Amino acid sequence: MEFFHSVPKFRFMAVRRICYIISAVVILGSLAAEGYHGLNLAVDFTGGVVIEANYAGTANLDATREALHKAGYADVQVQNFGSSKDVLVRLPPIGDKESANAVTAKIEAALKTVDAGAQIRRTEIVGPQVGKELVGKGISAMAITIVLILLYIAFRFRWKFGVGAVLATLHDPFVVVGVFALTGMQFDLSVLAAVLAVIGYSINETVVVFDRVRELFPVMRTSTPLEVFDRAINETLSRTVITKVATLIVVVALYLFGGEALRGFGLALIVGILAVTYSSMFVASGVALDLGSSHRDLMPSQRATPVDDLP
Amino acid sequence: MNRYPLWKSLLFAGVMVLALFLALPNVFGSAPALQLSRKDGELFKGDGAVQQFTDVLAREHVTADASFVENGRVVMRFADVPTQLKARDLIESSAQGTYAIATTFASRAPGWVRAVGLKPMSLGLDLRGGIYLVYEVDVDGAVKQVLARLERDYRTALREKKIQYESVEGGPGVVTVTLKDAARLEDAKSALTAVDRDVTLVTETRPEGGAQLRASLSDAQVKERQSFAIQQNITALSNRVNSLGVSEASVQRQGANRIAVQLPGVQDASEVIRLLGKTATLEFRLVDQANNALEAQQTGHAPLGTKLYKQRSGAPVLLKREIIVTGEQLTNASSSNQQGEPQVTVNLDARGGDEMLRTTRENLGKPMAVVFIERERQLREVDGQKVAVDVNKEEVISVATINGVFSNTFQITGLTSHEGLELAKLLRAGALAAPVYIVEQRLIGPSLGQDNIDKGVRALVIGSVALFVFMALYYSAFGLVANLVLVCNVVLLTACLSLFGAALTLPGIAGIMLTVGMAVDANILIYERIREEVRHGISPHAAIKAGFEKALSAIADANVTTLIAGVVLFLFGTGPIKGFAVVLSVGILTTLFTALMGSRTVIGLVWGRRAAIKRLPV
Repeated sequence: MEFFHSVPKFRFMAVRRICYIISAVVILGSLAAEGYHGLNLAVDFTGGVVIEANYAGTANLDATREALHKAGYADVQVQNFGSSKDVLVRLPPIGDKESANAVTAKIEAALKTVDAGAQIRRTEIVGPQVGKELVGKGISAMAITIVLILLYIAFRFRWKFGVGAVLATLHDPFVVVGVFALTGMQFDLSVLAAVLAVIGYSINETVVVFDRVRELFPVMRTSTPLEVFDRAINETLSRTVITKVATLIVVVALYLFGGEALRGFGLALIVGILAVTYSSMFVASGVALDLGSSHRDLMPSQRATPVDDLP
Repeated sequence: MNRYPLWKSLLFAGVMVLALFLALPNVFGSAPALQLSRKDGELFKGDGAVQQFTDVLAREHVTADASFVENGRVVMRFADVPTQLKARDLIESSAQGTYAIATTFASRAPGWVRAVGLKPMSLGLDLRGGIYLVYEVDVDGAVKQVLARLERDYRTALREKKIQYESVEGGPGVVTVTLKDAARLEDAKSALTAVDRDVTLVTETRPEGGAQLRASLSDAQVKERQSFAIQQNITALSNRVNSLGVSEASVQRQGANRIAVQLPGVQDASEVIRLLGKTATLEFRLVDQANNALEAQQTGHAPLGTKLYKQRSGAPVLLKREIIVTGEQLTNASSSNQQGEPQVTVNLDARGGDEMLRTTRENLGKPMAVVFIERERQLREVDGQKVAVDVNKEEVISVATINGVFSNTFQITGLTSHEGLELAKLLRAGALAAPVYIVEQRLIGPSLGQDNIDKGVRALVIGSVALFVFMALYYSAFGLVANLVLVCNVVLLTACLSLFGAALTLPGIAGIMLTVGMAVDANILIYERIREEVRHGISPHAAIKAGFEKALSAIADANVTTLIAGVVLFLFGTGPIKGFAVVLSVGILTTLFTALMGSRTVIGLVWGRRAAIKRLPV
């Protein structure tokens, strides 16, 4: 089977300026969505209490809320989790007055009044300080990843490519986070891990195109840089599509069958992979081209510096 | 001809055989088990230790599928949970508190796999259920304690020197002493310096009369106290976790001032937190030599002015009622080797030093003992009502002869180096405890853990099968090679994770899936390149060769960048995220190895021998 029988001749670079605008709109839209809706951050980040319970029958959410109000918890979120019998209860961080275990016991008792067969399957109690630190750590992890990757690309290629790669890479987490803000899906630790994986994956994609550009420059001496970039993207297009299909097969399986705990992770990767495909083709190459990448940047002769050979 | 160098093919085959061997234990799965350890800390040795338990069970017609000794603990594996619980009750009632019995899971792998030391990946808390606790040590509180002690000691010192003061007040980071008479400033200064010479003292005469001294701890002192507070809590928590007898439990420092405790398989959070929340203290007392301890033990009556204790060995000892120094006055304890002789150096604060000086001066040549007291809050039923009662567990951890007059620093000698380490640990654990509180608490029920495993594995199987079908359809025979290589990759990854003793978590399973999804990329890069070369009209053999060579730089660069992301995740992440990062990073390395060497070996084997290939099945 073959999707592309010959190298296609799409003029990707011709539309790169339109793509910049699209990207800018997407990033601004993502920021707006985060500002307007806010991210539905998990207790991992906000601190608080999460209790997952399994009811014997179908869970009555309103009755559950009522019971928890009676138990003295006004600010409480109750929702289904995975199935109609599973309930997720979320509370803001508990003060110093109540011990974590007392809270768990009280909530369990309250749930049992709604459904005698209610069973606690999981409790998570996170102090607000832990959450704050985690946000800081997550942001610095992303920053460090991006800087290291920029250095690596600059070392393996040229700084212009590094800038292109990093801009494309920055673009992708915005898309993922934006989707989480819009859908209101919970952003937890595993989603953060997925976002970091997307960063790595984004670079991975960009590198494949750049590698081909590097290879083509010496061969296409008479062509303009724009033609070289277009050719490189077209030549790798078949691989790009097949790889995406392969990876998406796996990630969609994770999203559909991995259970509630892996759903967010799966979604982040699905969105991330789609964003990566777009950004590696249009944004990364476009920026590298507009920064004036030319034959001279990647000619092998540049590397030969005879100074070291002198006695 | 297009054959891959023989040694490379053999290397690949060799690595895969080894990997299959290492990954093998994971195939058998696990079953409910009991783990027995002796509460006195002694280790089980030999198969005889197992016999006594199998006999107990045999009387009630309960049989274990396997029983063996592992790391000094007896492990008994059962067919199902009811049998496991029944066996636990039987052993508990027959042994009556001599053993810590933990319910756990043990691998179903046959004896020989265990005998050669092969182990399956252990399961993380999210997959097997259990409790995860993060304690934060209040390091500022620990420093405040030192200042409070200083404040108290200053008052005593000034009173003893008959220097009148207006006030001794503790503020944030300082203790301020206000004198009525500025003339006595120098006297006061030397009195305060005698209490602790490392403290920085700032003096100041006041225009309205009198003078002030401000004492603040040096940076080194603050740091020392903080790191002592953390070490002390780690030691104390480790001791208590060990006494729970939970298999694969861990106590680890996390970040600057946190301690993470993992207790797999444990479900009763409040009970565990109560046990871990025990506080400990110390008492230094003189040994009573006038009376016979054995006699006191037999009659059950300690003579007047004495108290009967037990040593770690179980031998009784009578101690005098008066307490010389308590754990609150102990500032540090460390073990070291002086000219080959192990010793424990004990540091006391000024007040403790004074008491010690007086006692040792009067009791030279007499033995002194250290009592370790662990206080535990228990709920007891009194007249039908539940009341919290503090229960003390007391034990003599050291008896040593006073060989000289000393005050706030002294050595305990005559120990083996193991005993020295142990004693220093207990002394530190019994020093004034820095406050800790729980900042994170996670409890995962066993049914949720099983659910997570089932769903994770289901997603992995469905995703992989769909991917295999796609690859076979799209690349025909070469697609099958890619699938074979992918299987090799997962086997190798499993082998590496088992070898490192890494725990598999749910994000870890996701990491394996992501590795599978991304590993095909390397093969796709190679195959697309081969197709391109074929399109250029190059002979099939040359196309294979060129495909591998030209795809190499793209594969290497792409994977190195993902590896960077994985390593950063590992360095910054905690808990499950770390698990994901490990799988992702190791997965990239196994991907590089299998995609480059493995594919080449298999393709070389199948197509390499043929002199001419008309059409490549790619």
